[in-house]
Amino acid sequence: MAKSSSSDAQALIRSLRSAYAATPTKLKIIDLYVVYAITTAVIQIVYMGIVGSFPFNSFLSGILSCVGTAVLAVCLRIQVNKENKEFKDLSPERAFADFVLCNLVLHLVIMNFLG
Amino acid sequence: MGAKAAENGAKSSSSAPSPPPLKAFFRLKTKQQELLIRVASLALIYVLAFAVRLFSVLRYESMIHEFDPYFNYRTTLFLTRNGFYEFWNWFDSESWYPLGRIIGGTLYPGLMVTAALIYRLLRFLTFAVHIREVCVLTAPFFASNTTIVAYFFGKEIWDSGAGLVAAALIAICPGYISRSVAGSYDNEGVAIFALLFTFYLFVKAVNTGSLAWALASAFGYFYMVSAWGGYVFIINLIPLYVLVLLVTGRYSMRLYVAYNCMYILGMLLAMQIRFVGFQHVQSGEHMAAMGVFFLLQVFYFLDWVKYMLNDKQLFQSFLRITLTFAISVGALALGIGTASGYISPWTGRFYSLLDPTYAKDHIPIIASVSEHQPTAWSSFMFDFHILLFLFPAGLYFCFKRLSDATIFIVMYGLTSMYFAGVMVRLILVAAPAVCLISAIAISATVKNLTSLIRTKGKAPLAVSGKGSSSLKASAKASADQSLPFQHNCAIALLVGAFYLLSRYAIHCTWVTSEAYSSPSIVLAARGAHGGRVIFDDYREAYYWLRQNTPADAKVMSWWDYGYQITAMGNRTVIVDNNTWNNTHIATVGRAMSSYEPEAYEIMQSLDVDYVLVVFGGLTGYSSDDINKFLWMVRIGGGVFPVIKEPDYLVNGEYRVDKGAAPKMLNCLMYKLAYYRFGEMTTEYGKPTGYDRARGVEIGNKDIKLEYLEEAFTTSNWIIRIYKVKPPKNRW
Repeated sequence: MAKSSSSDAQALIRSLRSAYAATPTKLKIIDLYVVYAITTAVIQIVYMGIVGSFPFNSFLSGILSCVGTAVLAVCLRIQVNKENKEFKDLSPERAFADFVLCNLVLHLVIMNFLG
Repeated sequence: MGAKAAENGAKSSSSAPSPPPLKAFFRLKTKQQELLIRVASLALIYVLAFAVRLFSVLRYESMIHEFDPYFNYRTTLFLTRNGFYEFWNWFDSESWYPLGRIIGGTLYPGLMVTAALIYRLLRFLTFAVHIREVCVLTAPFFASNTTIVAYFFGKEIWDSGAGLVAAALIAICPGYISRSVAGSYDNEGVAIFALLFTFYLFVKAVNTGSLAWALASAFGYFYMVSAWGGYVFIINLIPLYVLVLLVTGRYSMRLYVAYNCMYILGMLLAMQIRFVGFQHVQSGEHMAAMGVFFLLQVFYFLDWVKYMLNDKQLFQSFLRITLTFAISVGALALGIGTASGYISPWTGRFYSLLDPTYAKDHIPIIASVSEHQPTAWSSFMFDFHILLFLFPAGLYFCFKRLSDATIFIVMYGLTSMYFAGVMVRLILVAAPAVCLISAIAISATVKNLTSLIRTKGKAPLAVSGKGSSSLKASAKASADQSLPFQHNCAIALLVGAFYLLSRYAIHCTWVTSEAYSSPSIVLAARGAHGGRVIFDDYREAYYWLRQNTPADAKVMSWWDYGYQITAMGNRTVIVDNNTWNNTHIATVGRAMSSYEPEAYEIMQSLDVDYVLVVFGGLTGYSSDDINKFLWMVRIGGGVFPVIKEPDYLVNGEYRVDKGAAPKMLNCLMYKLAYYRFGEMTTEYGKPTGYDRARGVEIGNKDIKLEYLEEAFTTSNWIIRIYKVKPPKNRW
């Protein structure tokens, strides 16, 4: 049972890797940005676990800025990805402009919330 | 069309004077005509929504109504005089003596900031208005704006015809008018506009999938959070809607973009309001949104992996692993959070929405508010009229043409109607949904009927034009034979619809004029000769307080009048309408229900200088303190077991005449209300001391006060103010 599941897992990973290699570079950059943001969030949570969560608003603003920008980057990826039929008449410049605007609002609120 | 253009060209080339407007109207193309009609209707609806709310300004004067608006008015006054930073950090020592109240951190600033901004703008344009006028007219102004939003929302859900009808319906809907009449300067006046605006922006974001619209809906949500505690409805309805879309398989990338952007940015913006604080991550009422957020991430991640893998079997195994992992982590987090108390459970006011019997048994303060009672059928009929049966009809139409937007409005309608049934006050939240759905029913029906009439007009021409004897033509002719019946039927139905809508308009105007335009602080009645008699006792008493008592005097009254006393009387009060401290209110309740010596001790401990009592026995005013007295006993008894409700009742009956309980006849409230009343003749043919509000002769006519003395009684005896005597000298 273990052998079949491990070979299953290997097959899974292999096919995932090959499918992912086919994605365009632009999208891979966005994915890298998302991974970076999530990693920063995880580091902050670990730090909070060590040091405690006071002041809570600073912790929340740090976490939410990471999560927020990751989510916005995923939204950008969705809108820019040419394989999504729903967004085929949305120009990538407009998607990027929306992304920048939302990030601007996000970080302004974060800066107000940092305390 | 070509002939028309040529005619237009010919006319403009000749130097004829401009034709009168009506002729010019008919010269326009159909699209322009339609646009003109639409804009003109919307403008008229805008003015109508404002004008119908002005009854009390015309009948009485431009003043603030009821109780809560006085607090809002006082804070707005403070904001305009002292600026935003002082307002945001304001600690008020004039209420809840000796505790004080952190006003800056315990109110929803949206309404005050909005009124202050309008005031600044008008002053900048050199209109020298007083802030009170701005406050009085804020609610009608925002009601007009709500009609515009309703138009665009209707257009988004169905089409522009439905939008127009929705705007017209909500302009005069009594359910909305009741809380947004001129003078009702309360949070709901602005909050319903914010609610509908947020919903419209979110539906637009889901329909277009644009980040910009989602950002706008986040700002709409921020405005709603700053305006009213009912924002909890939004933060639970939208995740529920997302869940329904996921479950029914209607999800799309646009949904992901819209919800995520709105949730993260909306949550961040909402946490900037101090009163809300960290509730979005700590309170049980907001956990649904967070749960759906994580669910969305998992769902779309799985969707993406499935798309990439293209192999069903591999994906199944991956699915199993991820799902078990995600569900276990989620359940664990939720379990630990709730068990350790980190995630607070649903609090009193919102829990009583899910379990309506909860408040009655456990929290008497919530149960005592008349707006929190369950709704009677008559209230529904009164507030909605024909919309009540148009609502199911509209639901039928929505189900016939399901789309993301119609699913949303159906969910909004059903959930808000459920909550409207639990609490009278929430009819207000249901009003926009009911108006929108009814508008869909009306618009779709009228469209079908008019198209029936139109086709009949064309069909005979076609038949006569053809004149052939083929089978098709004869079949068509026989089909056309049945049309005359349909034609008349359609016209009859249209006339019926017109009649119904005109009755609705008449009903709404009548309801607004009779029921919802009273300022509550000024009472009116018909005199013996049919003329109007005005009782302005409340303001008379507050101004007496303002002018005849020392500036640091403390006034004890029941919590209903606290806001008005601080706003108009400008004196410190012991308890007010904020009701944040139940024990303090119970102390006052205990003082009112005790015998005079014990009450005097309590009043000494609270530093009370004056006691204010509302009494309706002379005028027959039934919302006075004697009718509210049992609530004082219940709330006081909830904290101090020495006060027992059965002591004040006789065989379970509440009486104030000779057969009343002895504790009732000698408690402080009874004495203060009926002092010297035993000598008054109130009605011809009745004995002295006849209480017109209860309809009985009072039991204790010879009242002597030992520790208080009468300071002021208003001209109709509605408000009575007593001064607390200082303790006697020892020698």
